[in-house]
This record gives sequence, C-alpha cells and structure tokens, in this order.
Amino acid sequence: MCRLFSITSKEPLSPMVALEALDVMREGHDCSGVGIFLRDLSGPFEEMKDAPILSGIFSEKGLRRLDSFMMDIGFMTKYKITIKVPKQPPPGVPKRDIYLIRAYEYPEEWDDLSQEALYDRLLEIRLQLRLMGEEKNDMIVFSFWPDVIMIKEIGDPMLVAEHLKLDRKELHARVIMAQGRQNTNYAITLYACHPFFIQGYSTMTNGENTAFIPIKAYLESRGFPGYMGYQSDSEVLTHILHYTIKKLGLGIEAYKHIITPLQDGALQEHPDAIFLKNLKQTCRQLIIDGPNCVIGCMPDHSVFMVQDRKKLRPGVVGGKPGIYAFASEICGLDAAIPNRDKNRDFQPMHLDTAIVGPERQEVKIWNQSDPLPLLH
Amino acid sequence: MDAPTSVYKAYYGIRQKTDPAYKCVGCAMCNMVCPNDAITPICGDEADKLRYHIDRGGQPRRRGGRRNVAGGILDRLKFIRISMLTDPALDAGRHEFELRTLLGRVLPPEENLKFLRTNGWIPPVREIYPLIIGSMSFGALSPTMWEGLQMGVAYLNEELGMPVRVCTGEGGCPPRLLRSRFLKYVILQIASGYFGWDEIIHAIPEMKEDPCAIEIKYGQGAKPGDGGLLMWYKVNQLIAAIRGVPTGINLPSPPTHQTQYSIEESVAKMIQSMYMAWGFRVPVYPKISGTSTALAVLNNLTRNPYAAGLAIDGEDGGTGAAYNVSMNHMGHPIATNIRDSYLNLVALGMQNQVPLFAGGGVGKTGNLAANAAALIMLGASGVQIGKYIMQAAAGCLGSESDRCNICNIGLCPKGITSQDPRLYRRLDVEDVAQRVVDVFLSFDTELKKIVAPLGRSTSLPIGMSDALGIDDYDAAQRLQIKYVV
Repeated sequence: MCRLFSITSKEPLSPMVALEALDVMREGHDCSGVGIFLRDLSGPFEEMKDAPILSGIFSEKGLRRLDSFMMDIGFMTKYKITIKVPKQPPPGVPKRDIYLIRAYEYPEEWDDLSQEALYDRLLEIRLQLRLMGEEKNDMIVFSFWPDVIMIKEIGDPMLVAEHLKLDRKELHARVIMAQGRQNTNYAITLYACHPFFIQGYSTMTNGENTAFIPIKAYLESRGFPGYMGYQSDSEVLTHILHYTIKKLGLGIEAYKHIITPLQDGALQEHPDAIFLKNLKQTCRQLIIDGPNCVIGCMPDHSVFMVQDRKKLRPGVVGGKPGIYAFASEICGLDAAIPNRDKNRDFQPMHLDTAIVGPERQEVKIWNQSDPLPLLH
Repeated sequence: MDAPTSVYKAYYGIRQKTDPAYKCVGCAMCNMVCPNDAITPICGDEADKLRYHIDRGGQPRRRGGRRNVAGGILDRLKFIRISMLTDPALDAGRHEFELRTLLGRVLPPEENLKFLRTNGWIPPVREIYPLIIGSMSFGALSPTMWEGLQMGVAYLNEELGMPVRVCTGEGGCPPRLLRSRFLKYVILQIASGYFGWDEIIHAIPEMKEDPCAIEIKYGQGAKPGDGGLLMWYKVNQLIAAIRGVPTGINLPSPPTHQTQYSIEESVAKMIQSMYMAWGFRVPVYPKISGTSTALAVLNNLTRNPYAAGLAIDGEDGGTGAAYNVSMNHMGHPIATNIRDSYLNLVALGMQNQVPLFAGGGVGKTGNLAANAAALIMLGASGVQIGKYIMQAAAGCLGSESDRCNICNIGLCPKGITSQDPRLYRRLDVEDVAQRVVDVFLSFDTELKKIVAPLGRSTSLPIGMSDALGIDDYDAAQRLQIKYVV
C-alpha cells in the first residue's frame, strides 16, 4: 500500500514534517519513492505568488534546452532554488544533474491574456517540456504553476530528503502533501509518482483504481490536452477533479458523486435526485471502482480527503484550528500534530468528503446524502 | 388335411417413410412415448447424406435453431486481471454490487448539465439489467413460451428488483400487455414487415406505461441481410389477428424497410417518428446484424442526437426461421464487431453516449455469464440472449449439431415455437417463468463471481479490456487485449 500525508497550517512548515510523518507510517509502504507537493509557499516565494514556478529534474543538457526554450517564449527567471546534490546519491536513488525549482516572470506579450488563457498556456508549456524531455530523456517536469513546488524521486523518502537537503527555509509551505512509494502496478517512472498535478489541482491516492482503463480512455477522448500521461491508475483521479470543477463547473461536493455515485435506492431519496441521476448517467465512465483513499488540494488551498464506495483504505483527518493534517494512519497524524484533541479525529467513510478550507479553522464533513450546496 | 390352427403373418405396424421431409429430427419424443423405453434417437457417426436431398420441390432447406458451429472465440477469452493484494478481491456473495446498464442516448456531461439548467430536452435513458431477453416474436414463440417469459420478467422486476427487459420481436404485442403496467418491462420491436404495429399505434392512447424502448430491426444474426420469415404453419388466427394479416400464409418480411434505403433516412424517418409517437419519452435504437459495415451505421448514429444505442447481432445468432445457407454462412462474428464499434466510439469520445448491445451465440456452450462479461469488457453495454433462454427456460432440444431445428414449421416437440395447442400445451407457463427467474439469478451470481475478483462492484466494467486475455496472439492483437499463454 501507499502511505499518504498532507498538512495545512497557518504557519509555514518544513516539508520534513510530512516526510517524518511518512516515516512513522513506514510499515505501510515500501519506501520505494517519494513525491512532495508544496503550496501557499513562504520564504522568497511569498513575494511572488503570481509567478509560475517550474519544478522538475534536468540533465545539464536538458537545462540548456530548457533555457533556450523558455527564453524563446519570453520567460525570464525571477528566482531559483539551487539544489546541489552530492556526487554520489544514496543507495536506491538515481544520479541526477539538477533538481530545478525556478520561478519565472511572464513574457510581456502575455500581459493582456485572461487568466483562463494564461493558465492554458502554462499547461501547454509544461506538456511541451514533458514531450521534449521524453524525446531525449533529459527533462522530467512535474508542475509549472504559480505558488506550487513539486519534488519527486525514487528511493527511501528520508534518504532522498537528506540527499536533496529538503529541510531548508525556502521550501517552507502552508500546504504540504507527500506520498511514500513508487508505482507498483505499472513501470517505475517519476511520472507515475503521486501527487499528480493539473492546472492548480493536485491529488494523491492510496489504493488501486480498478476501473482505470475505461476512465483513461474516456478522459483521453475529452479533447483536453492536459488529460494525458496515465503512467499511474491514480492520475485519473486528479484529472476527474479538474474535469468536475473546470469543465463541468461543479463544486468539490460533486466530485464524490462523480467518482462513486450513490446507489439507486439512496439516490431516489436524495433532495437533488434528478440532478444526481443525470450526473451519474452522464459521468458513468468516470466512476472509479477503488479501493481508493484520495487526498487532494484545490487552488483555493483547501485540502480534502475522500474515500471510494468500498472504503477499504485507511484515512484520518485531525488537528486544531490553524493546523490540520490528513494521514493514512493515526500514527502519522500523531507524529505531526501530537497535541490535538484526538476525540475529534475523523475517519471519512464511504459517503464522506472531509474538507479543511483555506482558513484552516475546522474539518467540514460533507456527506453524500446531504443536499448539494451548489444547487441551493 | 386340416386347416392350420395358427397362421403367422407379418404386420407392418410402422410404415417407414423415407422421404427427407419425414427425417428424424432427434426430438426424442419416440423415447418418451415408448412404454419399454426401447427407442432412442442416436445420430450416426457419419455425416448424414440427407443434406443432399433436402431441397425437394426446389426449395432449399429452411430451419430455425442455431448456426450449428461449435466453439467460438467468446469461450476462449479469460479474465486475467485478478485483484491480488494491491487491491483486495471482493466477496461476490456479500459485497454490494450495482450491475446496471443504460439504454438510451446519454448526453455528454457538459451538455447534459446545461440542458438540466435550461430545461432542455434530455433524451430518455433507462437503467436496466445488462442481460436482455432478445427479440423473439409472438408468433415465432408459442403463447405459453411468450407468456412464461413475460411472467418471469415481471417477477424479476417486481419481486426481486432486477430491471430485466424483454424484447417482443417483430410480431407485435398482445393487446392486454400493451395496456398493462408490465409494458414498461418490454422493448417493442418494429421491423420491415411492421407486423402488429397497427395494434400498437392504436393502443398508445390507452397505454398506462411507456414501453422500455423501441428496437428497430434492420437485421438479425440468424439471417443477416434477410427479412423475417414466419412460415404459414404458424400463422393461426391469434397470430394473424395480432399481426393484422390473413391466416395460413407465409409472412416473409422484406430484407430492408421499404421506405428507407440509407441510415440517414432511417434515423431521420423512423427513429424520430418513433420518438414522436411516445412524446420523446421512449428511447429508440436500431438493431443490425453483425457486419463489416457496422462502423458506418454507428458513425451515422453518433451524428444524430436521437439514436439511443445500437444492438449488433453476431453470426452465431440462431433464433429465427432462416434459409440454411443464411444461418450457416452469412454474418460477422460479434467479438470484433463490438470491439471495433467501442473503440470507434472511444476515438470519438462518445463511448458513454451510444450504448452498444451485443447478441449472437452468447452462452451457446452454456457459459452465459462468462461470454456476457467478456463482451461487456470488450465494450458492450449489455447483451441480448435468445436461444439460450429457450434452452434454459423451456428445454429446447436443439444443439450445435443440427438436432431438431424445426422451430420454423411449428412442430417444436417442446412446444416452444409451435402454435399448435397440442404441442404448446406441453410447455407449462409457470415452469417457464420459474426457469427465467432461475436463469437470471444464477447469471447474476456468476457475473458477480467474475467482476468481484477483478475488484469491480460500483459499476459495470464496460470496456475494461485490461481484464481480458486470450491464448491466440492474432486474436489478442485484433481485439487489443493481452496475449496470454
């Protein structure tokens, strides 16, 4: 199994908080890899919330290609974090040239673009870079988005953290998501490593989505360039979230209704029965068939956890006003927020979506049988 | 000399008829009536020579039954993606399952939600059980068989909560059924003979419920490219009345609908007028026989917002009276037809919009659930069965080696396809209904036994091709599934 940990805090935290929590839960994962998602950044990035940050791994040659590509478009480097790694990586960690975290200034010609168009271009560039990298095997790009950093690597999470010196002030963030394990079902590639990211939406998953192939086929046939990749069966969960909100204009509450709709009996009794029946039918190809525990982060910095219909994967949320964490296991939560009221810990069940909003004051539990807020 | 006290003479109790018209069909009724159980039909170990003589009067052989070819690719498909540890296999007996499918044109999500907001027309969609009793007409089937099927289906729906549907076939629908609440479990078929539709149209104002759907038959697996053929033997008063024809005449339907010579015309005229007849509340879909031109039909349907699905009946479809040559040599296998159609829909991004229904030889060797699940994973939204239900629910004797196969001339020894009361009284309506229920319940359990180990329970695994494998490299390539040995 994978182990997941996510924390959202008023005060910026080091990524090590999440990695240490993962380490506590190490009985549940095989330490074969790590993925970290950082958002609502502090430190130097605090001052440049709008500047898109490129995260990825590059060879020397790849970096030169990146530079000329970005300069041709008109991007100027605004700030970068240089991660100097020792020549010899720890056992199990591949040798890399450069782990890049670089904030850019938008090209001047982009000034008049609407935000929507701007975001589409950012996606386009990330995909172009990904394709370029795959062609020559010299770049791996995780995200290109304002106020978001992603780091992924194969190997024991703690060794990777030490190797990359992740405990640094520039990487402190208020929202952190981390996952500990490489992909096991398909080939080992960093593109299969959670969390996944698309246009501000990120999710990571514990478990296997057994309906992966039909969902993948459906997303790929939507005609949206970002719905690609799928080296992992869990990536579709990120894209379904994006599709729910950006393409269908629905709220986070609808996400659960799309991935695991209510069964017919319960649906008929729901106050929004007609809407939900339509949603269930029209989005039938997006129904996941877990078992999956999904933790995700929205562009407004809210963090959520949702379980599939089977509820066969562990997941708990707890904390106190100002700081909340979502973890696969209670011991992970204990490691990160020991002095919380444990009576208020909550383990979402098959109908629940647990959400901690950007204000980080409470855990909102939204049950699938509740009326949908967006319709009333 | 005295007259002999005893006289010995030969008495011919049976006058043997050697005309091919009287050939033994293997019905085994001799066995059932012989008090000493001394007779049994045994097929010779050599191919019969009768086949060269069954064209008396210049009439090629016609029959009902099956394609008479054993095997087929469906039985060779294996379910290989067994959930092991990374995701636990489910308990088929105790886990919750929702194995339903949709029949109807499903709009793409963006459009559906927009129409919902703006009160636009959203095509009717039925949530039904993925195993459908395919079209066998009232006329082809005996009254007892037909009634048994309807009773079984009604019980499955009303007592067991399984939304099973049955299609009428071309011969119309008994007036009382048209005016009953059970009509909602019935798919009314219209075919090129339009038999029974006068009655149906006139009943519309009096219908308490809408029918489940309307199936427009353009072709069927038993006789691809040929029309229906209810032979005169079976056209008695009741059948004639329901169909609106005189008694005792052959009822050959034309191979195509006489006013429609293209799919565009068909869609425009027939699908839309059928929608209109029921106030746009009933899904209307065409059924074609398996063909290499299925994609052309499908592509046209995708461009029309009304088409509610496409049913394809593969070459192994065998119910229906047909010329021997049509049944044995015409048609397209269902597996590639369904797979190509599904992948075509995927390429268009419309895999959820036009549901595909597969038929033709499903379960012909008894492996109903495995065949159905394989077709679903290849891309079908559901499957239709005909002869399987005749065998399983009424004890049809037919086999893949040309046993019996006299459904067309009304002499069915079991009374399944006869209109002669002396024969059809052999079939007990209640028994048929009971067996229909048994078949669906056991199918349901088997289907769960297939999907549960694959980790699927929340939805029907339509297009889950990663679960399929076959030990034939070429077939694997062709179907785009895994080659496993």
